[in-house]
Amino acid sequence: MLRLLIDPVACDAYGYCAELLPEAVSLDEWGYPMVDGRPLPPELAGAARRAARDCPRRAITVRERAGGH
Amino acid sequence: MSSTSLWYATRASGLVALVLLTLTMVLGLTTTTRARARNWPGFAQQELHRRISMLAVVFLAIHVLTSVLDTFVSISWAAVVIPFTSSYGRLWVGIGTISLDLMLAVFVSSLLRSRMRPGTWRAIHWVAYLSWPVALAHTFGMGTDAGESWVIALGGACVASVAVALVWRVRAAGRQASVRAARAVVTAAPTTHLALAAPTRGRDTRA
Amino acid sequence: MTLPATDRYRLLGHPADLAGHVAALGPVPLPSAGAHRWSDDFAALLDASGLAGRGGAGFPAAVKLTTARSAGPGGTIVVNAMEGEPASDKDALLLVRSPHLVLDGAQLLAAASGARCVTVCVPEGRDQVASAVARAVGERAAARYVPVAERVVRPPDRFTAGEESALARWVESGRSLPSFRPDKSTPLRIGRHGALVHNAETLAHVALIARTGAEDFRARGLAEDPGTCLVTVSGAVAHPGVVEVERGTPLIDIAQRAVPTGPPQALLVGGYGGAWVAPAQFATPYASLSLRAIGATAGVGVVVVLGQDGCGLMESARLARYLAGQSAGQCGPCVYGLPAIADDLTRLARGQADRDLVDRLERRLAQVDGRGACRHPDGAVNLVRSALRVFAADVRAHAAGTPCRHRDARSRLRFRSVARAA
Repeated sequence: MLRLLIDPVACDAYGYCAELLPEAVSLDEWGYPMVDGRPLPPELAGAARRAARDCPRRAITVRERAGGH
Repeated sequence: MSSTSLWYATRASGLVALVLLTLTMVLGLTTTTRARARNWPGFAQQELHRRISMLAVVFLAIHVLTSVLDTFVSISWAAVVIPFTSSYGRLWVGIGTISLDLMLAVFVSSLLRSRMRPGTWRAIHWVAYLSWPVALAHTFGMGTDAGESWVIALGGACVASVAVALVWRVRAAGRQASVRAARAVVTAAPTTHLALAAPTRGRDTRA
Repeated sequence: MTLPATDRYRLLGHPADLAGHVAALGPVPLPSAGAHRWSDDFAALLDASGLAGRGGAGFPAAVKLTTARSAGPGGTIVVNAMEGEPASDKDALLLVRSPHLVLDGAQLLAAASGARCVTVCVPEGRDQVASAVARAVGERAAARYVPVAERVVRPPDRFTAGEESALARWVESGRSLPSFRPDKSTPLRIGRHGALVHNAETLAHVALIARTGAEDFRARGLAEDPGTCLVTVSGAVAHPGVVEVERGTPLIDIAQRAVPTGPPQALLVGGYGGAWVAPAQFATPYASLSLRAIGATAGVGVVVVLGQDGCGLMESARLARYLAGQSAGQCGPCVYGLPAIADDLTRLARGQADRDLVDRLERRLAQVDGRGACRHPDGAVNLVRSALRVFAADVRAHAAGTPCRHRDARSRLRFRSVARAA
């Protein structure tokens, strides 16, 4: 189970994550990312890692989480 | 390779590197947070910025390699990274070296980005913006093709595009700054609009 | 249950000077040299007592100690006397009346975690509290009463400065900013060593538990939320002040201790980042689970009484503006969302709502909730949500352009002077 974790302190609302992963990340009215809480399906793993790598503020980590919350 | 071929290669790759560096600058300057049109793919622009900068480094490497290998003039390997130590064209080759050093700093810091504080990486990146005007100075200071009208036109186009990008960036920052200023006003408001009631601060305990 | 004959369990009412403190309660039961298992035994004692933090988060003290111990020895015990909650006076009172109890608690945790320093954080401007603590620290040092050095420091007086990661960071580097901590099981650090941050009242409880035992602590309160706590009651009351109550005491009983001037319209529970409670739920016990079940939080021991002559929406708008201004300024949703919410709530309170206001408010509340590094925006969101729920009739009236006549009544809330948001 992969989950996307965004550090709200580091985030500066570049919005690249929402462009790369629209299935899991949407932007609020101020441009900051909202991650839907569901675990990422495996086919999005590549896009998720890309979003983490491309974030200009390095605010994203992709976490392996074993099941549940 | 004949000296003449090397010389042409040096000049050509130098000009190409300059154009690519200019493009890198423009793409970097026009990156902003939150102030983009909705349909503009910011991540693609950032990726383009990175890849074009790497291409610029490739052409810079060709430029440097061919200039050192060219036996017609004497430029030592050391002069490639240590400014003002070349026996040929000490000043302007030296200025080119400074530009290269700045680009090297960005390159290395980007490779080691995960190991340094984000503030440090950003500071190095900002300082490296200087590599562009320094590279421009080197191009025209060396003088080799600086008299050609098409080279002058090319230089002019480079300057113009960076100037436009800079103006755009300053204005976008101004727009964001006014949002921040508005926010600061709102958050200061609580102190002015609140009715400060002052019931006695409880000092007693009640058994 | 029968209360024991002694009142040693109480937090307040003991002598404030060292000699009197020791005479009344005995010396702090620190381990003698070479007591190997003492730390483990002490951790077990805390666990058996079920003590939860009294600073607002209600986190189990035993778990916090275990986390801090994992960082190894040489750390710091940070006494959190920041009391950023404007409606709360309990920590200030506790430190003026029973500083030795709080410091004893810190020493016990220092012994259990191998800490080498106790740092008491009293905000700038609260000089009476700072002097009282400094005096107590001086007495203890002069009498060589305790093994670990104690000192007083003065962080800035802001709401978020008392958040534990912000406080640790201030002690470390002078910058009062909360950290993003998705994983609370990693210990806080000051430099290379661990930091154990506890509310002053929690430490006072630790000092009593060490002397009287876990069972005595559990003799009061509820099984799932044991012990007593200090609550500051203010608002439309004749005798505002701090009272010590058992956890699980019905809210209205707590309010009655301060003698409300009339039947309360609503109670604000848990602090300015807490929640409003309607009359139908005044009998709810003051305990974490019971309050969460009604959409409120135990938070910090605060009960503010809204009288019949107050306007719940207007007071809530003031609270929302205050909380917006107290943001640490690090996270977009808090920085932009809270002022937007406060603006809308203010317009609603003034009877100047547009048609989409309530929907917009609800949407933004959902957007801001849980999206900051600390719990500050969550508290603000919960407060506003509770206002919309408890004062639903007012919401309809105000939204229709007919605000209640109490809209311009003088506020019963108090706010300390606030520095501009960072």
